[in-house]
Amino acid sequence: MALADARAICPDLATRAADLAREAAVLASLRRWASRYAPMVATDGVDGLMADISGVPHLFGGEADLRGDLQARLDRAGLHAATAIAETRGAAHALARHGGGIVADGQLAVGIGHLPVTALRVDHATAEALSRVGLACIADLAHLPRAPLARRFGQGLVLRLDQALGQRDEPVVAEPDAPHFGVRMTLPDPIGLQSDVMAGLARLLDRLCAKLAATHMAARRVRLELRRVDKGLVVVEIGLARAMRDPIRIAALFAKGVDEVDSGYGIDALRLTATVVEALAPEQIGGGGSAIRHEDALSDLLSSVGNRIGFDRVLRLLPATSLIPERSFLLAPAVYSEPEPMSHSSGSLRPITLFPPEPATVASGTPPTSFRWRRMRFTTLRATGPERITPEWWFDDPAWRSGLRDYWRIETQEGPRLWLFVTPQAPGWSNPEAQGWPASARAQNWPAPGSAQNWYVQGEFA
Amino acid sequence: MQLDLRQRVIPADPFALHPRRVHEAEGLGRRAFALFQAVRHPGPLVWIVPNHIPELPMLRGLPRGVGERLHLFRPNGETDLLWCIEETLRAAPVSLVIAEPSGHLSLTAGRRLQLAAEAGGTTGLMLIREGAGSNATETRWQCQSVASPSADSTLHHWNLNKNKKGTIGSWMVNWNGASAAVHMVSEAGQRHKPEDTAP
Repeated sequence: MALADARAICPDLATRAADLAREAAVLASLRRWASRYAPMVATDGVDGLMADISGVPHLFGGEADLRGDLQARLDRAGLHAATAIAETRGAAHALARHGGGIVADGQLAVGIGHLPVTALRVDHATAEALSRVGLACIADLAHLPRAPLARRFGQGLVLRLDQALGQRDEPVVAEPDAPHFGVRMTLPDPIGLQSDVMAGLARLLDRLCAKLAATHMAARRVRLELRRVDKGLVVVEIGLARAMRDPIRIAALFAKGVDEVDSGYGIDALRLTATVVEALAPEQIGGGGSAIRHEDALSDLLSSVGNRIGFDRVLRLLPATSLIPERSFLLAPAVYSEPEPMSHSSGSLRPITLFPPEPATVASGTPPTSFRWRRMRFTTLRATGPERITPEWWFDDPAWRSGLRDYWRIETQEGPRLWLFVTPQAPGWSNPEAQGWPASARAQNWPAPGSAQNWYVQGEFA
Repeated sequence: MQLDLRQRVIPADPFALHPRRVHEAEGLGRRAFALFQAVRHPGPLVWIVPNHIPELPMLRGLPRGVGERLHLFRPNGETDLLWCIEETLRAAPVSLVIAEPSGHLSLTAGRRLQLAAEAGGTTGLMLIREGAGSNATETRWQCQSVASPSADSTLHHWNLNKNKKGTIGSWMVNWNGASAAVHMVSEAGQRHKPEDTAP
């Protein structure tokens, strides 16, 4: 029914856009729940579940009781579902979408004979063609010879018909469950010693890492939950600089966190989960030589430092494509980036250290013959420049609102070689005494347009 | 002059830092000295800068090959900083650890860092404020950049103040901030005076 028609019937209709992703997630969790009825449960389209219940019904007291139990539980959960049990997958699909019910063994042709041909999972055009020649329900098709039917309506119809009537097999293909990377251990007596917790952790890690290795995955974050006897929960979480599944190296990173745990009256359950996992192909062990061991040791160092000071403070310098000095390189977390070789193109000389611009006061001339910076007095010996850098107009940077900058490399008489810039587009600071401005203007600190220039120091050369 | 040169025993490489030890550099040119040492140490480099220090190494200005080997740790607070230095010195794969402690290094801290460097087999270089070093250091360098007489030289005055296993010394070198080699300029004092070419 179109929305406009529905609105015409019921003007107060509340509508909401379909959220397919969340619907699929609900269906997936319902599928997981439905595995209590059968070992093989698969999703059937976007709105159905299909379970292979061969050999199961007697556990629930027969097919009718099983269906009743399922309906009752779904109703309690607030879900309206239509259910059907039949010998074949096609018949169950058709019956569930047309009233539901149970087809007894051997009664397939009778049980679904009265259903319309659209129930056979055929496309719309085929269904229409069938109804045009007067074949309205499945019973009309069932006794027809297959060869003329296939010639006229295609193989698809015959396939679906045979599948529904059990003349061709169609198994329930249950997709495998996503592996869950969690292990737990409950203890008969509470433990309190750090060494005991580490021993338990080692056992759990062995199991977790075996699980990870079996699926070719590796952990990026690992979380250890310790349940105390007083129902308190202590959580220790660590991050890893590189995806790994080596129990000994992961255990070493837990040592500090476990050391800080207050065990109270004792810990009686441990639970270990890999909260973030990444794919990692099996690696060759041995033969790699010292290079791999070095890399491992370095990532161990990054892990332990990152777990203490935070992974956002363990950085690496990456080149960026920008002429703006502040954005010509990126500070990227070292654990989530790879070193990139720097292309040393022949550009202008750049300083070795960079800092936010600091004003150089008492600067006179262009380039300044003398200036003060960080309470030190400098006299210019040699100046190289200017190198004009214009702001990136597509990127609004507050630091560059003052317009373009002319950079100078100034070698000072005192030794330091500094990177100074001037902003010719921005009005300079007033220098009232030098300009001979009236005292009232000096008091109000008015800017003197075009009189002086703002000089800043931004870097230091080798 | 000839006699003078023969008598003077110049070590093979006066700027080689003794391995497995922690050294100190002070003065305004200490970062240039640290980068010079970084070029000469192949392998991963770690530069530990407290979070509040505004100066950062600028990737495009670094000597060739240093940028991709460099890791930057920016801990908050003095305790974390010292912990980072010690932990990194203890890690075998790092070749050179450059750190900028913001306060005075106590004798205990200095000694612990020496022990960590010995355990890990790494070399450390502390960039300290003037006079804020520790007595446990292996060598202490006073580094200043010096105004150069010509436009194509970048002079540095590196003065070895303290050396536990050798003699002290003072060198005027020309290092352009890119290569691993330096050009030794004749002794300080001789070249320090301006040349008499000014009209």
